[in-house]
Amino acid sequence: MAEAKTEPLLTPVADDDGAPFWDYAARGELRVQACAQDACGELRFPPRPCCPHCGSFDTTWRRMSGKGRIWSYVIPHPPLLPAYAALSPYNAILVELTDAPRIRLVGNLVTKAGAPPNSVPPERLRIGARVQVVFAERGGLVLPQWVLERS
Amino acid sequence: MASLKDATAIAGIGQTPFARQLPESEKALACRAVLAALDDAGIAPAEVDAFASYTMEETDEVEVAKAIGAGDVTFFSKVGYGGGGSCATVAHLASAIATGQASVGVAWRSRKRGSGPRPWRNTTAQLPTPAQWTRPFGLLRPADEIAMLTRRYLHEYGATRDHLFNVALACRNRANQNPAAMMYERPLTRDMYMTSRWISEPLCLFDNCLETDGALACVLVSAERARDCRHRPVYVHSAAQGLPAQHHGMVNYWNDDPLSGPAWTAARQLWKQADFGPHDVDVAQIYDAFTPLIPLSLEGYGFCGRGEGGAFTEGGALEIGGRLPLNTAGGGLSEAYVHGFNLITEGVRQLRGTSTAQVPEASTCLVTAGEGVPTSAVLLRR
Repeated sequence: MAEAKTEPLLTPVADDDGAPFWDYAARGELRVQACAQDACGELRFPPRPCCPHCGSFDTTWRRMSGKGRIWSYVIPHPPLLPAYAALSPYNAILVELTDAPRIRLVGNLVTKAGAPPNSVPPERLRIGARVQVVFAERGGLVLPQWVLERS
Repeated sequence: MASLKDATAIAGIGQTPFARQLPESEKALACRAVLAALDDAGIAPAEVDAFASYTMEETDEVEVAKAIGAGDVTFFSKVGYGGGGSCATVAHLASAIATGQASVGVAWRSRKRGSGPRPWRNTTAQLPTPAQWTRPFGLLRPADEIAMLTRRYLHEYGATRDHLFNVALACRNRANQNPAAMMYERPLTRDMYMTSRWISEPLCLFDNCLETDGALACVLVSAERARDCRHRPVYVHSAAQGLPAQHHGMVNYWNDDPLSGPAWTAARQLWKQADFGPHDVDVAQIYDAFTPLIPLSLEGYGFCGRGEGGAFTEGGALEIGGRLPLNTAGGGLSEAYVHGFNLITEGVRQLRGTSTAQVPEASTCLVTAGEGVPTSAVLLRR
């Protein structure tokens, strides 16, 4: 068990289509895949080889403002993988991007960049809360996190 | 165009005991369930020429066929997406038999989910594409993925945990009538539900299905042949699969309407082929890996309007004597969780008149597969 407790939090295992998202995240940029055809230009997530609207394989990655609202959230409790059980109760939130309301990114609401997923008390979460992306390193990759937008 | 409507019937059903742990292998349990179903139908194993199961089934057709002594097999099929494939196994056999590709079909599921590992604990063999977007953030289990949709559903439509409790209670009450159910002697109260531990807020322990070892099977033949079998035929009246446009499985977060799931797609096809509608259904066996799948499915299959699934459960609607008696053997929540196959066999018992919680004069039954994943459904009639 002692060994199991040292298991780290999971890091993303990127596929070919998703890899650019993580590359941009490493530069502190939140970008979403979009069709590169001028006549189309639709955003799509998760990334995939071609555009479901027009069939084009020409793609680009459009920068998002990083602003959004909490669409929903959960508070997981054990049984969980050991590293997550150690953090429970933590939050997992679904953020509807202001720039692309059909695209909702799973993440964690934290107090500041690099803080753990249990750093915000569960009672502070609510649907509709405005959030802003921040970035933090984990296991050699950079992941987006979310902080409450100060008004 | 050829029609599946009432062209085939379920002539036999079989199952093993259900328990948290059974000593035999999944293969042995599969063979026991298949042979029991053939015996129930009064059909010799040598006559079996078609098989259908789930892609997650560990025992393949070769193993089952040679163990039970099947004859030459001319149709075999496996359906993906876990519990979403349950009714599709019946649908595939019905298609094969109705089009002359085979004459005696066996569908089965054997699983040691009770004593075996929890699939989500395997961090190397995850769902390939979506996992990178969800699991690192601690959305690890199906319960977490469905809890995310559930909280939004409760928020958007004013449904409550009491509505989810109504689902858990109806299933538990039926299990308390069914000696084969894992929860046969374990009543559930509102207090137990409301004070139970969380699994993934807003879902508590009793919102989650059981963990079960067990196996089930059924035998399909043509309607004509079924009339010569041991029991009253239970006809496959309509069957459908459902994969909606821009659907993403249990992490259905990236489209216009995440709360409108595969049930809606399967339902449109199912009712289009049927001679009757939702209001003519006497009893329903609706896939219940998690309680919120019931209100979502009630809406998708047209038993109520959008957002009304929670309210539908009020006033004992899901109990015997209610508007729509639900999961009358106890379902995945309280009888056994074997990827929904026990919902098919209970649908058959209702239409034979042999359920332990019999709906008087039941003549039509809807059986559904997992909602929140590419799904399937069948309408059964006697």
